[in-house]
Amino acid sequence: MSFFADPRWGEALSHLPDYLGNHVRVSLAALALGLAISLPLAILTRNRPAPRAALLALASIVQTVPGLALLALFYPLLLLGASVALKWFGVSFSAFGFLPAMLALALYSMLPVLRNGITGLNGIDPALIEAAKGVGMTAQQTLLMVELPLALPVMMAGIRTAAVWVIGTATLSTPIGQTSLGNYIFAGLQTQNWVFVLFGCFASAMLALAVDQLLGLIESGLRHRSRLHAGLGAIGIAALVAATLVPTMGRSPSGYVVGAKTFAEQYVLSALLRDRLQAAGLSASARSGLGSSVIFGALKAGDIDLYVDYSGTLWANQLHRTDIKPRAELVAELKTALAKDNITLLGELGFENAYALVMPKKRADALGIHTIADLAAHTSTMSIAGDYEFFSRPEWAALQKAYGLQFNAQRQMQPDFMYAAVASGEVDVIAGYTSDGLIAKYDLVALDDPKQAIPPYDAILLLAPKRAGDERLKAALSPLLGKIDIATMREANLRAAGNDANSSPDAVAKWLWGKIGRP
Amino acid sequence: MPSRPMIGYAHVTKSYGALRAVDDVSLDIAEGEFLAIVGGSGSGKTTLLRLANRLIEADGGTITVEGEDIKNIDPVTLRRRIGYVFQSGGLFPHLSVADNIGITPKLLGEPAANIAERVDELIELVQLDGTAHRDRLPETLSGGQRQRVGVARALAAKPRIMLMDEPFGALDPLTRDALGDDYGSLHRRLGLTTVMITHDMTEAILLADRIAVMRGGQLLAQGTPMELSKSSDAYVLELLRTPRRQVERLNLLLSRDGAA
Repeated sequence: MSFFADPRWGEALSHLPDYLGNHVRVSLAALALGLAISLPLAILTRNRPAPRAALLALASIVQTVPGLALLALFYPLLLLGASVALKWFGVSFSAFGFLPAMLALALYSMLPVLRNGITGLNGIDPALIEAAKGVGMTAQQTLLMVELPLALPVMMAGIRTAAVWVIGTATLSTPIGQTSLGNYIFAGLQTQNWVFVLFGCFASAMLALAVDQLLGLIESGLRHRSRLHAGLGAIGIAALVAATLVPTMGRSPSGYVVGAKTFAEQYVLSALLRDRLQAAGLSASARSGLGSSVIFGALKAGDIDLYVDYSGTLWANQLHRTDIKPRAELVAELKTALAKDNITLLGELGFENAYALVMPKKRADALGIHTIADLAAHTSTMSIAGDYEFFSRPEWAALQKAYGLQFNAQRQMQPDFMYAAVASGEVDVIAGYTSDGLIAKYDLVALDDPKQAIPPYDAILLLAPKRAGDERLKAALSPLLGKIDIATMREANLRAAGNDANSSPDAVAKWLWGKIGRP
Repeated sequence: MPSRPMIGYAHVTKSYGALRAVDDVSLDIAEGEFLAIVGGSGSGKTTLLRLANRLIEADGGTITVEGEDIKNIDPVTLRRRIGYVFQSGGLFPHLSVADNIGITPKLLGEPAANIAERVDELIELVQLDGTAHRDRLPETLSGGQRQRVGVARALAAKPRIMLMDEPFGALDPLTRDALGDDYGSLHRRLGLTTVMITHDMTEAILLADRIAVMRGGQLLAQGTPMELSKSSDAYVLELLRTPRRQVERLNLLLSRDGAA
């Protein structure tokens, strides 16, 4: 009973109009585009074996690309397209969110539609095509009156498969900025909020089921020439679209969009920023779960208005610098560099969230390890785990070089699972984050970096170019600058890692403001 | 022979690669005539039939329909003018009996009410049961009923010419006889010109005014059964003798059984 009395169900429900609406819109748009491309292709190639084989091979290859990767690929592709379009044609469009998600999902929907379309059309008894000619049908009449009706059941099966795939895969469009039911799942995974994960899975499954059934109704209507069935199905789909459009129409489009990357601290901070803007009377919403490489581009393009990044990350990834400077100097230099792109570095929040090599305190003491230099002698028999990007970041190369680290195994993990993994001895060392509350919880220790191979990672507030002169925004945010120290952020992160009602990003953000807001 | 045949083939050829499916065939079919084309499989009889409504295009020679060179007639228009009955019915499985029958008038853009009236007329003409069969799907009919629908569909646009490709070949003997007889009287009553392919010599002799014998793409002989029986060609004589030989063997067997 207490499971359903959990207030997080209510919180999840409050996001539903927004998440579901966006999910339905991007899925149906993708499906419509996919059908608009695939069905004519299936029809055009039905009597041409060579292009048909090539087409099916191509669609199969697309299908083997994992959904998440396909979605991720479309972002840089469109970013390039957008810059070319702006330069050559003076047309600007957003490479963020809806467009890349829709295009990738449309591509994803093509295989089942093409394959079933071609199978259905080629499975027709040639004698019937001959009979159609014999009674005086033109090629077009043969297609419309004989081939398509006879291929319909097989084609519809393909369309229904595509619909279910697209609706399922659309949950993965969250990291490229498309709000979807995946927002529940990504946020839930990152903040260990299983209520959200369950809610997201259930909602997308129900949606897929509903659309499948409605398409089934249309199919039965077409097959049995029942206007009632086909009409009901079509009305159902239309009602679904309409229902998802209504709640978003009233919303002001001019609101500030706060971005957040894919980990708990970012969810908490984006909620905090959003609350501050709303408290200042500005309309604001959070766009969470954005990929680390997507988010900076989104800010630069103005798709989001502000977010929190970390100085060392931008230093390495955007400025491509490998040298290391003291905290304040690095931020100052970064500020100047970002200003060239018209991006405002408003200031530091106060804490640093640096990468650190972390291991159980007991084991470190037993082995006499206090610094990374001490660790180097033991690495040949040790394994290390890091998040999905750590091992490809320049910091890792710098660390290995500075200390001569040679681990015998390295593994990638979901950040929130790393700490438990190192505490249980699953791995020996992890590349953790200094602001993470789990370090204290699991009695771990972050090893010193005497050679300063890891750059500083001050949490910094960034504003989009279009907000460079926005004094109201700056005024609303300035009370946060320098206010969040490492201990406070660790505690906030620890709270966010809990699996109860007080651990939702919104609840933790409120707690955090309560803690730092008082003078 | 009248000066203008209903269908006229003059030195018509059609090849598939090295295979000469129809080899220099000249054949006239007069108005009101019932012509049967007989021959073994691969003799070119189906190709010859389909050349007439341009389901297959000839390589050489000239084909005329009602005096007009069919090269000058749009194939779709031509086919709507000529009734065609397919070997296994060729009915559209997703359309009801009525919609199958009314398809050609519908393609010609006739009003729905006229089509419905015509369909009722045709259902009666081919001796189907209007109330029982009209709205059924072809798969629920017997083979004989399906072929009756096929005949009705071919007749729907009131063609003057009927082309039939072994229309009754797949039916049981009793049904085949009944359908053959019924069609024969329709042919006469409606004043049709019919070209029918059959591999059953008895059927050909019983129904047709004239028989054309095809072999290896060539027209071996043509004429009334009587004329053909005087042919000097061994194959033609052999073909023509089959019905009588069968009857003789049958009688022999039956009388022996009766004696025992």
